[in-house]
Parts: sequence; structure tokens; C-alpha cells
Amino acid sequence: MTTIIKNKATDLFLENNPNFSTFENLRKNGLEFLEAKGLPHLKEEEYKFTQISKKIEQNISSFKGAKRSELTSENLKSNLFEGFEGDVVVFNNGHFDAELSSISAQNYSFSKLSETQPDLLGQIAKNEKDPFTALNSLAFEDGIHISVEKGKKVEKPIFLIHFNKANEGQIINSRILIEIAENAEVTFIENTVSLDEEVYFSNAVVEIKVNQNAHGYYYRLQNENRKAIGANNFATDIHRDATFTSVATQLQGDMLRNNLTLNLLDSGCEGNMYGLYLLNGKTHVDNHTNVDHTKPHCDSNELYKGVLADSSRGVFNGKIFVRQDAQKTNAFQQNNNILMSEDAIVNTKPQLEIWADDVKCSHGCTTGQLEDEALFYLQARGIGKEHAKGLLLYAFAGEVFEHIAYEPFKEYCIQLVQERLGSNF
Amino acid sequence: MLTIKNLHASIEGTPILKGINLEVKPGEVHAIMGPNGSGKSTLASVLAGREEYEVTEGEVSFKGKNLLELSPEDRAREGVFLAFQYPVEIPGVSSTNFLRTAVNQVREYRGLEALDAVKFLSIMKEKMKLVEIDQKLLSRSLNEGFSGGEKKRNEIFQMAMLEPTLSILDETDSGLDIDALRIVSNGVNQLKSSENATIVVTHYQRLLDYIVPDFVHVLYNGKIVKSGTKELALELEEKGYDWIKEEADAASV
Ligand SMILES: Nc1ncnc2c1ncn2[C@@H]1O[C@H](COP(=O)(O)OP(=O)(O)OP(=O)(O)O)[C@@H](O)[C@H]1O
Ligand SMILES: [Mg+2]
Repeated sequence: MTTIIKNKATDLFLENNPNFSTFENLRKNGLEFLEAKGLPHLKEEEYKFTQISKKIEQNISSFKGAKRSELTSENLKSNLFEGFEGDVVVFNNGHFDAELSSISAQNYSFSKLSETQPDLLGQIAKNEKDPFTALNSLAFEDGIHISVEKGKKVEKPIFLIHFNKANEGQIINSRILIEIAENAEVTFIENTVSLDEEVYFSNAVVEIKVNQNAHGYYYRLQNENRKAIGANNFATDIHRDATFTSVATQLQGDMLRNNLTLNLLDSGCEGNMYGLYLLNGKTHVDNHTNVDHTKPHCDSNELYKGVLADSSRGVFNGKIFVRQDAQKTNAFQQNNNILMSEDAIVNTKPQLEIWADDVKCSHGCTTGQLEDEALFYLQARGIGKEHAKGLLLYAFAGEVFEHIAYEPFKEYCIQLVQERLGSNF
Repeated sequence: MLTIKNLHASIEGTPILKGINLEVKPGEVHAIMGPNGSGKSTLASVLAGREEYEVTEGEVSFKGKNLLELSPEDRAREGVFLAFQYPVEIPGVSSTNFLRTAVNQVREYRGLEALDAVKFLSIMKEKMKLVEIDQKLLSRSLNEGFSGGEKKRNEIFQMAMLEPTLSILDETDSGLDIDALRIVSNGVNQLKSSENATIVVTHYQRLLDYIVPDFVHVLYNGKIVKSGTKELALELEEKGYDWIKEEADAASV
């Protein structure tokens, strides 16, 4: 893999990137990092259960950035869920699509990264933290920059929707930077849609800065085609008294790796991470989360749940870092899994590193099967076995959606999951 | 209605039921008593279709059908109802939702149209009165955090909703105080008719003061070793099981 990066990345990414000279420092820094370390190799601890480099090597033949594909308003319409009202930001193979997007920019400003060229870019999701971030820094052409105005609430959620389809290039690089100013509030919904059943590699980076006493909600859905490979780096800096909540749902893909990092940078802030992975076939989903408590009186809550059927695989790694300064920290983490088949696998690992002494931390993980007793009880009341399984699985999984505060999207997720549980399990 | 012939069943290779014979006719109430571990719940579970138990010998016919061939849900739809000795707590499944699903799947099987939300609620209200169950309880997750008595009441409430032809009550009286016992028995008695039958598994004669049995059977070591009328229960209450065990053990030598 290192070879691919050295030879192909420099040749293909750079030469094919018309915007290389913008963000030159960020890109060069990414390149340096990649040249030194390459993409994660087989023995890399952080990636040991998720051989994504190998997956890319085996499945991606054209190591170029994908150009825009044909995309119509029909595509968009069929992917807006019932009850949604708000601005829509459309990405076509990672490129911002101004025509299909509808941006009122009410209480926030919207621009392309190339227009604002913010210094903040790359400061939250750092190149050196993850090779895929570095790769993205090198390869993205342009991205978007959203800034929510001080003291303002963006009343309706902003829907970020990605349409992916490989063409002469199979790599999709999207880059998003969000700033939520002091006392502001905003909700984002993000969805990734595959336009066909062919393989692509989407390498996305989202950076969010939540300023003092601001509130951010980020709801994300990944329901891609069965060949989709994805690396997603998502990093958030949370400042004094601010809160941030992420709810992430993964339903399908070939191999998806999500790195979610919350940096609690000042006292009084709160970071929440909720996730559901409901997998079947051969889908492999890896959620690496990382919350860094640096200052006192901050809370973090985490609940990830998994249901795995067929020969799917789930990986959960939850790091909680409590620094010496971070007294009076409350940090909670839970990961629960249900395996529906003997071939399904889950690897779960909490990683707590606590340097402060006055903290409340708890973590727990469970992996089990559907309870026979409960299933029998429902059947004994006349409920068909498959239906009963669906009821029990939904009872298990649905808890995650309690944390989606935007009702139409919550309903949409519930509907998707119930359809799945009714038919596939 | 129910005919059990020479029923043998085992769990994980261990024989538990060792030749049960029983005939239950419409309108009858049968009480099954017996010491702990004699196989009463096993019999109930086998009749309800619990897969962990392997039937190794014998037959069970219910309303002329081979009961052992049916899935648990189809047995319920045919009219078999088991009130569990230990009702299962199911967090995240709402009681009302569960019951509506159950009732409608049973109705569908019986060729009846599904109940809409309004009809369902009105039937539910009516049946709730029968066992004096609190509405609040039903707005919670199924059995979650219910007290022992509330769980038992909920079982009988479900029975009332599903209108079975054969009800098997596995120690529904255990752990109930006198008032609760009266309420639950009242419920059972009101649901009784000449068309349906009840099997009550119990350790206590006091239940049989309320639900008066036509027959009393003693299950011991996987077999019905004695059958009689309600007087047998009184005798057991007085003398315990030792004399029966002795008789049975002597006969089997
Ligand atoms: N899952 C199991 N695995 C192994 N043995 C079991 C299992 N379930 C029941 N048994 C055994 O089968 C026997 C009969 O149990 P059962 O529950 O049917 O008795 P019971 O008559 O209902 O007793 P009680 O009056 O205590 O309710 C007991 O010896 C019990 O230990
Ligand atoms: Mg028992």
C-alpha cells in the first residue's frame, strides 16, 4: 500500500487535482505524512480488524478522483424523506452541486472552501491523526464551509446529501468544515446514497468547531451499495459550555470505517455519541470513537448498538481519554451487540485512559444472541417467529433513535430499520 | 379436545416426561399438582411448543390435529394458551403494541379481520376490568419492572384478549396475595365456558377453592401417578406428597 501511495498518489491525485495549489500547506503536510507512513498496513493496531488498505488495493483499479456523474433532481427527490423541510446541500461524487442544492443561508453563511480558504481547515481533523485524513487533504478538490452566526439558531436542519458513483475515477473525496459560533444552534443530517451497485471508495472528512455555549446535532446515515468502501473521519472541537450530539446509523456497504473524535476543550461541555449498525450479507463496519476530556466538569455519553446477521462484521473501539486536568468528568460508554448468525463477528474494545482522580467513568459491552425465552413468549401469544424476531430486534436497536431530536428523520430511520428487520432477518 | 398419549420428552438428553396420559374435554377444569421438579412446567412448555424440549415418544392431539407438528405460534392461533410460571420481561416492546400484534395475527389465522386501533382499545378496556389491571401498566414495556403479581395478572389479561380454547395456567397463583388471587381466579372463571377447558398447575389447594377442578392429577417423576377429584387436592394439602411418592416408587420397582 505504501507503494501505491508513493507512486500513484503523487502522480494521480496531484496531477489530477486542479486545485492543488490552494491549501498547498495542508496538502503538502498530508503528503509528507503519507509518504512517511503510508496507508494503514496489516499490522497497524488501529486498523487490525479492518483491512481497508487491502480492500482498496483489491477493488479499486482507477486511483483517480471521480468526476461529477449525471445527477438529476429526480435522484434528489427520491432521497428526501417525508416531512423534511430545510436546506439541502448536494454533493456529486464529493463535489458540491450548486444547481441541485437549495441554500437559504438563513442565519448561516455558506461558501466553497476555495473561496474562504480558512486557516481552521485541517486543525480539527489533523493529517497526522489518520492516514485517510491525510489522503483526503491531498486529494480533495474543493469542499464546503458553513458558519452559523453568533447567537442564531438555524431553525430547520441542513441536509447534506452525497451521491456517489464511480466513473473514470473511483475515489470520492469530500471535505466539509462547519463552524458554529457562540450561542448558536444547528442540526445537520447527512446521508450517503450510491447511484449504482458498483464499487467506489469514498474518503470523507468532516470538521466541526462548536464554539462557546453553542449546540450542534449531527445525524448521519450510511446505507450504501454492497461494494462501497468508505473511510470517514469526523472530528469535533467542543468549547466551553457547548454541546454536541452525533447519532450515526450504518445499514449497508462493503467496508466502512468511521473515526469519530470529540475533543472536549473547555469546562462545562458535553459530547454525545450514539450509533446503530444493523448489518447483513458481508458488510463490515468499523466504528472507532474517541472522546478526549481535557478540562473539568465535562460529560460524555456513548451508546453504540449492533445487530449482525449473515457473515457481517462489526468493530467497535471506544476510546475515552481523561486528562489530568479533567476532574469531575462524567464519561459513560456502552456497546451492545446481538449476533444473528454463527458467521457474524463483532470485535468490541473499550479503551479508557484516565489521568484525573475525581471522575465517574463507566463502560460496558455485551455480545449475545436474541433471547430464546423472549422469542418463545411472543410466539406463544400467536406472533409469527420472524415477526417476533423483528419486534425484539427493534426493541433492542430502537433505543439509539431516541436520541434523534428531529422527528421526520427519526421516523425515516425507524422505517428503514423496521423494513430491514421485517425482511432480512 | 386434548388427548395426550404416552408422552415422553427430554431436555438436553435428560428424560423429564416419562409417559404422560391425559384427556381433557371441553368445559373441564383439570388441576395438575406435584412436587417441585416433577415436570409440570415441562409438560406445559411441551404443549405450548417450546423447542428446547424434545418429544421422544407419544402423541398429542388437539381438536383433532397433531399438536406436536405445529409451531408455537400456530398452537396459540389454534387456541392453546400458556400462562407462564415466570413471564418474561421484554424491554422496548410496548405491552399494547405486542398485544395488538398478537390479537391480529391470531384473528388472521382464524379468518377474522384485523381489529383497528379504536376497536382494539375498546376491547382492551373491557378485558382490563376483568382482571382489574391498571392502564398505566400497559403503557409500559412488556412485563418490564412489573411485580410478580402484576405479571400474573397480565398473563390472565392476555388470555382474556386471545380467547383460547385451552388455557394452561402454570402456577398463576404462586406469589399472589389473597386479593390478587381472588381477582385472577375471578377472571379465569368468567372466561370459562362449556366450549373451552383449563389446566391449572398449582401447589396450593387454596386456588382450587376459587377455580374448582373436575379432576386433580398428581405428577411425579415425569408421570401422572394419581388422578382423582377435587378431594384429592384436599388430601394432598393435608398429607403432603410423601405417601404418593412411596406408592409410586413402590409400584415402579
Ligand atoms: N433447561 C433445562 N435444563 C436441564 N434441566 C431442566 C431444564 N428445565 C427443567 N429441567 C429439569 O426438569 C425437571 C422438571 O422441571 P419442571 O420445571 O418441569 O418442574 P416443575 O414440576 O414445574 O417444578 P416447580 O414446581 O418447581 O415449578 C427438573 O428436574 C428440572 O431441573
Ligand atoms: Mg414449574
